[in-house]
Amino acid sequence: MHAIDNPGRRTFLKAGAALGAGLTLGFYLPPGRAAQQAAAATATSFAPNAFLRIAPDNTVTVLVKHLEMGQGVYTGLPMLVAEELEVPWEQVRVESAPADAKLYGNLSWGGTAQGTGGSTSLTNSWDQLRQAGATAREMLIAAAAALWQVEPAALKVESGSVVHLQSQRRATYGELVAKAAELTPPQSVKLKAPTEWKIIGKSLPRKDGQTKATGQAQFAGDLKLPGLLTALVIHPPLFGAKVKSIKADTARAVPGVKAVVQIPQGVAVVARDFWAAKKGRDALIVEWDETDAAKVSSDALREQYLALAKTVGKVAADHGDAAQALSKAAKTLEATFTFPYLAHAPMEPLVCVVQLKDDACEIWAGSQLQTLDQAIAAKIAGLQPEQVTIHTTLAGGSFGRHANPTSDYIAEAVATAKAARELNAPIRLMWTREDDIKGGYYRPLFVHRIAASLDAQGKPAAWLQRIVGQSILAGTPFGEMIKDGIDFTSVEGASNLSYAVSNLRVELHSTQNGIPVLWWRSVGHTHTAFAVEVFIDELATAAGQDPYEYRRALLADHPRHRAVLELAAEKAGWGTPLPKGRGRGIAVHESFDSFVAEVAEVTVQPDGNFKVDRVVCAVDCGVAVNPNVIEAQMQGGIGFGLTAALHGKITLKDGRVEQSNYADYPLLRIGEMPKIEVHIVPSEAHPTGVGEPGVPPIAPAVANALYAATGKRVRDLPIDPTALKA
Amino acid sequence: MIALIVNGQKHEVDVPPDTPLLWVLRDTLGLTGTKYGCGMAVCGACTVHVNGNAMRSCVLPISAVAGSQITTIETADHRIVRTLQQAWIEREVSQCGYCQPGQILSAAALLASNPRPTDADIDAALSGNLCRCATYARIRAAVHDAAKTLGA
Repeated sequence: MHAIDNPGRRTFLKAGAALGAGLTLGFYLPPGRAAQQAAAATATSFAPNAFLRIAPDNTVTVLVKHLEMGQGVYTGLPMLVAEELEVPWEQVRVESAPADAKLYGNLSWGGTAQGTGGSTSLTNSWDQLRQAGATAREMLIAAAAALWQVEPAALKVESGSVVHLQSQRRATYGELVAKAAELTPPQSVKLKAPTEWKIIGKSLPRKDGQTKATGQAQFAGDLKLPGLLTALVIHPPLFGAKVKSIKADTARAVPGVKAVVQIPQGVAVVARDFWAAKKGRDALIVEWDETDAAKVSSDALREQYLALAKTVGKVAADHGDAAQALSKAAKTLEATFTFPYLAHAPMEPLVCVVQLKDDACEIWAGSQLQTLDQAIAAKIAGLQPEQVTIHTTLAGGSFGRHANPTSDYIAEAVATAKAARELNAPIRLMWTREDDIKGGYYRPLFVHRIAASLDAQGKPAAWLQRIVGQSILAGTPFGEMIKDGIDFTSVEGASNLSYAVSNLRVELHSTQNGIPVLWWRSVGHTHTAFAVEVFIDELATAAGQDPYEYRRALLADHPRHRAVLELAAEKAGWGTPLPKGRGRGIAVHESFDSFVAEVAEVTVQPDGNFKVDRVVCAVDCGVAVNPNVIEAQMQGGIGFGLTAALHGKITLKDGRVEQSNYADYPLLRIGEMPKIEVHIVPSEAHPTGVGEPGVPPIAPAVANALYAATGKRVRDLPIDPTALKA
Repeated sequence: MIALIVNGQKHEVDVPPDTPLLWVLRDTLGLTGTKYGCGMAVCGACTVHVNGNAMRSCVLPISAVAGSQITTIETADHRIVRTLQQAWIEREVSQCGYCQPGQILSAAALLASNPRPTDADIDAALSGNLCRCATYARIRAAVHDAAKTLGA
């Protein structure tokens, strides 16, 4: 057991105390309407802090501040509370927390904004939620002690009850809520030692498993409100084009269409239901002013980036003297890697429901940056942020798409609701799949060029990597995170190269071209891991060494990288022979403070077509809170990465996006899913994320396996099978 | 008025005849378990049964299914669907969950005609059901589980 006490903790406990029913603490005012509502709903409950409340019927409701988009936060986070509270899992319910930066800020981001991203949900909640649970536990013990006139030390908790050891007197938490609610939260609480854990480390069932299998799970688009109307927006055909003229007569004539309104994002058709809105939008004629539009073609961009990669960029990392070492080297290698734009394409196209009134705005969405979404919605609606309530619903996937610094789809929904205010109805803004695929906010197109030299032992002596692509952070509220011209999201995974290289230089060219870009599951690592892990394989080959042993030797100072590498290699049977036409490849990468190695096995046909047969994955994410969820995220991350490796490609021609739906932007299908084995490294380290780290190693592992099978290097994604032809 | 029977219950709907079944289910009848994913029958999120056959409801005009028996994920008494749902829960298949109703309905049609499918049978029957979370390995396992339960 170890005591925890710090000023930050006291602040949140005070904030939480103010939420407690029956508690009237003068020294802290609840920060906003949303928090008051959270408390008001529970007049007879015990809410010792902002993260849970216990009802007289013994149910424990955990308020989750993060978006559940499939990654498992509705399960992993309540487990932390349940562990310290000593409550049976079946008694735990989950509810999404209201938007409130003071109570629910993401501590990995300094606590100033509420949001989900960078695989931080569990890591930033680890202490916070265990403390929340432990605080409640201590208050319930204190309540029983007061009621029974005994010392708290004579009491223990078990399975949702407080027990007096001597008399075997027992009370459920529900029976103690009234008394507990009168008490002041303790200033410090002791957390359980890992040896005392009963819940952490267990594969407890997902809290959302049942509703998702039966169709009862509520996504934003499933919301039913009286008088709800549906809006579809016609967006510009080119990014940056503006409405020039609208001919709406035919659209307005479609039965069920209620209004056609111009908004900054385009023109919205508001109708009785989706089908009427769709027909209305199809009938709408909009002429666009393309003067200021981005008229770029992705082929031309690629050429431009390849040229830029030959010139000196801004310095992202510089140790030793890579340029000099390269110029003196007897043997150098060089390679260029290219990556296309990619759409997130979650199965649920963007949806946002808005109910706008004169003095309030309610929003239902899979909001991923709740307090930013709230502020942007307020600005558009002409309200104060505290007048905007965000109901964070489940999201049907996101992969980064919902975490938009411009709150794009939420802004569009509020703008539509405002423009159609005279209808006095709640509005459900929907994007079609075409809107989604063509709608931008892509993983940026990138080009990498790496040159390296080998020393006499075959080890890399110099490594010069140039990265070219758009900055995700530039021009957003997160722009101040750009330091000395370096957007870390463009170079992460390369500028902090883990392999021992005495002369390392990483440079960046941040380009601008008007195509909206965004983080996409594992962000910069989506391309840096591929360039680094394919190139290190090339160096191993040039050095005449085994790719696994070569990596292992260069990771001597990185025990966690090395441990996952060794585990994956061992479990995959690295080094055992494979028949002709098959190959095995390996890759290891750290992202978001988690470490993942993957070994892929492929079978290649003479015509170049290939199949990924098997993937063995080893992950070290610190304490494995829920091994089942970790396994699922590795499987899912591998599948997501395979879509990019095999299929993913958004192209533009003269500013027009050439893809429009899953027919021309295909996703991995069930028959393409390899057999996957996931092995978790036992660890007592602070837990870290698993939503993203499974993605980066898979594409390079497959590329390296293809090389092993065919002798042909893959340096461009998606992989072109015709280039693998025997 | 167009009549249809959804999960054993008779409904009469007053909608334009070209309205896809998906939007009748979702917007008219409030059965929101069936999902919109692509609108062109390439993702499978909208899969329902029409007279026992798995169909993509997003491209199926309501006029074409007048009088038909429709089964959706909300069914209370379809034995195969209910068994699959239980297998889905026990295998912890769902991540975001959005595609799963369609996956389950496609799997149910498979099991109705092929009670002991192989991995290859499952891959073929579900090849039109996309899952961006890539829960495919667990989908296969859950279909096998359900097949066993139903055959027991």
